[in-house]
Amino acid sequence: MREIYYRQALNEALGEEMERDERVFLMGEDIAIYGGAYGVTKGLYEKFGEERVRDTAISEAAIAGAAAGAAMTGMRPVAEIMYIDFSTIAADEIINIVAKNRYMFGGKTTVPVVLRTEGGTGRGIAAHHSQSLESWYVHIPGLYVVMPSTPYDAKGLLKSSIRDDNPVMFIEHKMLYGMKGPVPEEDYTVPLGVADVKREGKDVTIIAYSRMALLAVEAANELSGGGIECEVIDLRTLKPLDIDTIMTSVKKTGKAIVVSEACKTGGFAGEVVSQIVELGFDYLDAPVVRVAGADVPIPMSPTLEEVAVPRVVDIVEAVKKTVVSG
Amino acid sequence: MGNGELVEYLGTMLRIRYFEEKVFELLSRDLIKGASHVYAGEEAIAVGACAAIREDDYIASTHRGHGHCLAKGGKLPQMMAELCGRETGYCKGRGGSMHIADVKTGNLGATGIVGSNIPVATGAGISVKLRHTDQVVLCFFGDGASNTGVFHESLNMASAWKLPVIYICENNLYGMSGSVKKVSSVQDIAVRGSAYNIPSEIVDGMDILKVKEAVRKAAAGAREGKGPYLIECKTYRFYGHSRSDPRVYRTREEEAEWKEKDPVERFKKKILGEGVMTEDEIKSLEKNISVEVDKATEYALNSPFPSPETLTDDVYVKTVVSRKS
Repeated sequence: MREIYYRQALNEALGEEMERDERVFLMGEDIAIYGGAYGVTKGLYEKFGEERVRDTAISEAAIAGAAAGAAMTGMRPVAEIMYIDFSTIAADEIINIVAKNRYMFGGKTTVPVVLRTEGGTGRGIAAHHSQSLESWYVHIPGLYVVMPSTPYDAKGLLKSSIRDDNPVMFIEHKMLYGMKGPVPEEDYTVPLGVADVKREGKDVTIIAYSRMALLAVEAANELSGGGIECEVIDLRTLKPLDIDTIMTSVKKTGKAIVVSEACKTGGFAGEVVSQIVELGFDYLDAPVVRVAGADVPIPMSPTLEEVAVPRVVDIVEAVKKTVVSG
Repeated sequence: MGNGELVEYLGTMLRIRYFEEKVFELLSRDLIKGASHVYAGEEAIAVGACAAIREDDYIASTHRGHGHCLAKGGKLPQMMAELCGRETGYCKGRGGSMHIADVKTGNLGATGIVGSNIPVATGAGISVKLRHTDQVVLCFFGDGASNTGVFHESLNMASAWKLPVIYICENNLYGMSGSVKKVSSVQDIAVRGSAYNIPSEIVDGMDILKVKEAVRKAAAGAREGKGPYLIECKTYRFYGHSRSDPRVYRTREEEAEWKEKDPVERFKKKILGEGVMTEDEIKSLEKNISVEVDKATEYALNSPFPSPETLTDDVYVKTVVSRKS
């Protein structure tokens, strides 16, 4: 199978969905001639024109609210919020309008908006351009939250998100845009709410998402040499959460570690731990552990940024401890 | 404009007025829970504005939205049922007073967050442009909302893209208690249009025909692709912000002055003066509407509350998850 970059996979998903459905259009900052801050929309302006690839002013709240208005009147907007850090400005529209209008209005409307954004550390761009804010949006009923880790998933999940009638926070990772992976030429989708077992193992379950899923696989490969076989689950979508796949694995291994780049306190990893404990206490042979970001604004300096979020070595150590304590 | 239309406008204004009076009564009897921001005093704006547009046009409403909903074609029983939290309400009791919407009649909904409907209306304008129809969008908001960030972001966006959105500011002089005199940089919200290269005008919001004419002109321009328009309607809310408001921030004299300009009474006088209706005909219309409101109230209070098992219905559209990709 051919290999393409994560950013290309996303670009193909957008282009193909725009071809397939004329209701799909894009809006956001610097997405037209510039092609998006991370190059995801490159070439789409040339192909589809300025009506369907709309460069906006720096107005995140209006972008999100306008996406809702367009969606309620028959369109399927894909709006880009350049950094998830900037979604704070759009939070009222996302949380109070995009997420809630359907329910508040008695189910008599749909708000099929995809808000593409990206998060995470790795580029030394500090506290306003590196956050992992997914738990904010997972907390809001009415929104789906999708976080792909591979080019294959990025394309398939973006297509599913665009075709779905629910509003989706589609959170990419800035360090993955330049990663290559196999992506079929033909049309396919990856369903929302289905996790991916990236590696099978019997000793311990590692649950991760976004870039951390790749680090978890690296850690698992390293541990395999030492005789510990990890099962690695990439959640792919945080909401809806594929708890069945998680519990099937945890019941098999009896041990679980949840890895997330977000700050540990109040983060999504804690939610996964809670559900595992509620549903599988009797199957557990060791405490369920979170390997998560430090509770700190992301610092710029590389020596600090590196240790602000989990590294492969942190996952490896957590696994070893868990296996010993079990 | 035929006489039939004038009678219809008076009927709709009366419907709003009587509805709101009934709402206030039900609030004090605790038959309506929660908040209700009544529209009495501002009827000429919703009725005049909606009379100037087509059925397939859109409106976006505010927390003081009962008048908008009725004027756009909403029905009294479903509205009253919604305020009373009943399953038969427009939003099946999920929204209540602050979230009344009837997307079928083009009402994109009221909102509890001041200003948050302004980008939604703007987005509906994008949708109209992309679908190449000649619909227009009326965006209602108050003087308070004109101080929010989204007002400015949205007007800029609508102007840059020449969207068919008519922004209608209902300047009733107070955002809850905050007087425009004290909290706003300008007294005439209309002047803010110039910052975004949007033509604007000030209209007597107590005169239904003046409102209608202003919106008609703006809508005609918008349908021809001339872009957005800002209309500021000077008005006054006859009740307080909500039922718990003691109205300490305004004087009884000021209230009396504005009640002199009562848009319903004024329009009645005009209709009488022009011989469109006789006094008896008006009385009989009033009586009929009063009965309509009573019937709607009866319908609402006899309607079932939503069943607790339906709590999480409609949070999501059902997503069909197939494990085969």
